[in-house]
Amino acid sequence: MDLDFTAEERAFGQRARAWLAAHVPAAPLPSLETEAGFAAHREWERELAADRWSAVSWPEEYGGQGAGLVKWLLFEEEYHAAGAPGRVSQNGISLLAPTLFDHGTAEQRARVLPAMATGEVIWAQAWSEPEAGSDLASLRSTARRTAGGWLLGGQKAWSSRAAFADRAFGLFRREPYEAGAGASGPGRDGAPASPEPHQGLVYLMFSLRADGVTVRPVGRLDGRPAFAEIFLDDVFVPDEDVIGEPGQGWRIAMSTTGNERGLTLRSPGRFLATADRLARRWRAQGDPQDTALRDRVADAVIGARAYELFTWASASRLAAGETLGAESSLNKVFWSEHDIATHETALDLLGAEGELTDGGGGADGGGGGAAGPAYDWLDGYVFSLAGTIYAGTNEIQRDIIAERLLGLPKGRR
Amino acid sequence: MRFALDAGQREFARSLDAMLTAADTLAVTRAWGAGDHAPGRAVWQRLADAGVFALAVPQEYEGLGPLPAETAVAFVELGRHAVAGPAVETVAAAALLSRLAALGETASAERFLPALASGGTSATLTLPDGGPYAVDPHVADIVLAVDEAGLRLAPGHARVRRSLDPARRLAAPLPGGEPLAKGPSVTEAARHATRWAALATAAQSLGVGLALLDRTVAHVRQRTQFGAPIGSFQAVKHRLADVLVALEFARPLVFGAALTMAPGDVAAAKVATSDAAYGAARAALQLHGAIGYTAEFDLALWLTRARVLRSAYGGPGLWRGRVVTAWE
Repeated sequence: MDLDFTAEERAFGQRARAWLAAHVPAAPLPSLETEAGFAAHREWERELAADRWSAVSWPEEYGGQGAGLVKWLLFEEEYHAAGAPGRVSQNGISLLAPTLFDHGTAEQRARVLPAMATGEVIWAQAWSEPEAGSDLASLRSTARRTAGGWLLGGQKAWSSRAAFADRAFGLFRREPYEAGAGASGPGRDGAPASPEPHQGLVYLMFSLRADGVTVRPVGRLDGRPAFAEIFLDDVFVPDEDVIGEPGQGWRIAMSTTGNERGLTLRSPGRFLATADRLARRWRAQGDPQDTALRDRVADAVIGARAYELFTWASASRLAAGETLGAESSLNKVFWSEHDIATHETALDLLGAEGELTDGGGGADGGGGGAAGPAYDWLDGYVFSLAGTIYAGTNEIQRDIIAERLLGLPKGRR
Repeated sequence: MRFALDAGQREFARSLDAMLTAADTLAVTRAWGAGDHAPGRAVWQRLADAGVFALAVPQEYEGLGPLPAETAVAFVELGRHAVAGPAVETVAAAALLSRLAALGETASAERFLPALASGGTSATLTLPDGGPYAVDPHVADIVLAVDEAGLRLAPGHARVRRSLDPARRLAAPLPGGEPLAKGPSVTEAARHATRWAALATAAQSLGVGLALLDRTVAHVRQRTQFGAPIGSFQAVKHRLADVLVALEFARPLVFGAALTMAPGDVAAAKVATSDAAYGAARAALQLHGAIGYTAEFDLALWLTRARVLRSAYGGPGLWRGRVVTAWE
């Protein structure tokens, strides 16, 4: 049992640190939830990609460095410690790319991944619908068979990044329903087969600029258009943009949600850097008599370290050939609540300055000695509030933990 | 980087688990609390034979250590089986005397460490900032006390006090006795011993929490109300899910602390395991209902242990302070 890295791994981390020190912008980019900020973040993706830092774990042929999980985690730690910008390509890199590696064709990977790595194409996620949130399988948007492809109809909601993104990936209900492999048989009374909600779904990619697509940006809590509604009216998608077997979309999507909840969506580096920033600010300006606040700062530090060590344990299990299943739900509940608590503590420490959204005290100009450009605690707080909701609400995760990890009986939701 | 128990460590845990299960440890713990220490001493010797008390003792003093990770493995099992007696204290005493020896004061190490490692001697102690009471001094073979004057072998103990934990007794060491060491090396050795005491307590708390969760999961699966197992109700499920999250994120802190023995890591492990085990205790009591509130039901052994370990060697506030401020 050890926590030691190889000389090669350490050298990789140092190489990342040196590159970041030379390239991370001195002034923070505008919020990526604004049009100007989105463009600036897209440009940052291009800069990362130019030296193969945008997707280090991908094979070299797609623009990566073929780095394993340990190196990726070390890169993430350096990335966040350097105060580098948020990743506007996160949805594509952490959700769509793993799906393409597992279920896509070589042609799809060659066409999609290099443009994703450079930020030339930025991806939005199109899963939720007005009537399908936690119960995602009840989605109603349809993919109707047509010559050479599919016609999409319906409405997607809460689509992250869709306000400014280029393309989207999502799940659609195949229409008309065709009983295929894995479908239920005819009904008991001889009625036609009726599909289970998880069956007959198609996982596909489409352009947000295609004919028939209307994107309506939706302001998040602070008004910034972090997500959008997508209206689809006979939007043509060629067969080449379907991932895997039509009808197997649910199974394919579930392999992606594991990634989303698990360690590839939120690396420990982010929480370590944030907790470190908070602890430094507390030491610089916290009231030593206020032990209640001090205890919450301590919890931020403890939680970040716990998440880091938990992740090293997970990486060790993966390296030993084990798989992570429902454990990713433990992860998701932990980091999402930790993130909110850390930012709440920072805002309480900032006091009256903590509510200013126009570049006031909510932005940490490194007063605690933090490396890199300023960190906007308020923006981080608003972002953190979504964490217990997206990627499967924490209530759904607790059901999964109870049923699959503790073995408790299924019951009514 | 391989942050996982190796085969030897897993086998060590399995063998301790098997031994403690076969020894009917819960009955032994109840007997200990009732003043019958003979079965507990027999379990103690078996733990010593398995190497548990040699892990904190260096090889030059007939020990196997220092092996903090293996110590953590062992104390998780001690917690899971609610083992009674001054086990944490004996390990802390071994760490104290070992560090003194490393600083040049070898006399006490030569005198006590081999017998601590072999199980022939049990120890209890008080440490600075660890509270006035030593655990089970009426049973321990030696009582050590560290205070401003230095380290001494106490001549006995004051009145024995009862603990919420029915298997635990507390008493302050009597003043005087034989001085063993003084000066800065005692201060340094006491800090070192405090880290080992906190690590062993943290591991024990983790084990207590895991046992509480196991028992409660088993209970809610078989207890039926309103025509369904209560474990199928979402309020029950979510409470237990939160217990598992807290325990599974406390666990790596324990083993991370064992690997680094860094003050901040040890403090983090102490805080997180205290909270996780206490949270497990509260959930276990609530979900067992009235039966869990009885002294005769075995759950009480872990419920009360989780509470007292939270304050052992300093409460959550002290240790949280040590996470954010420099502590050596």
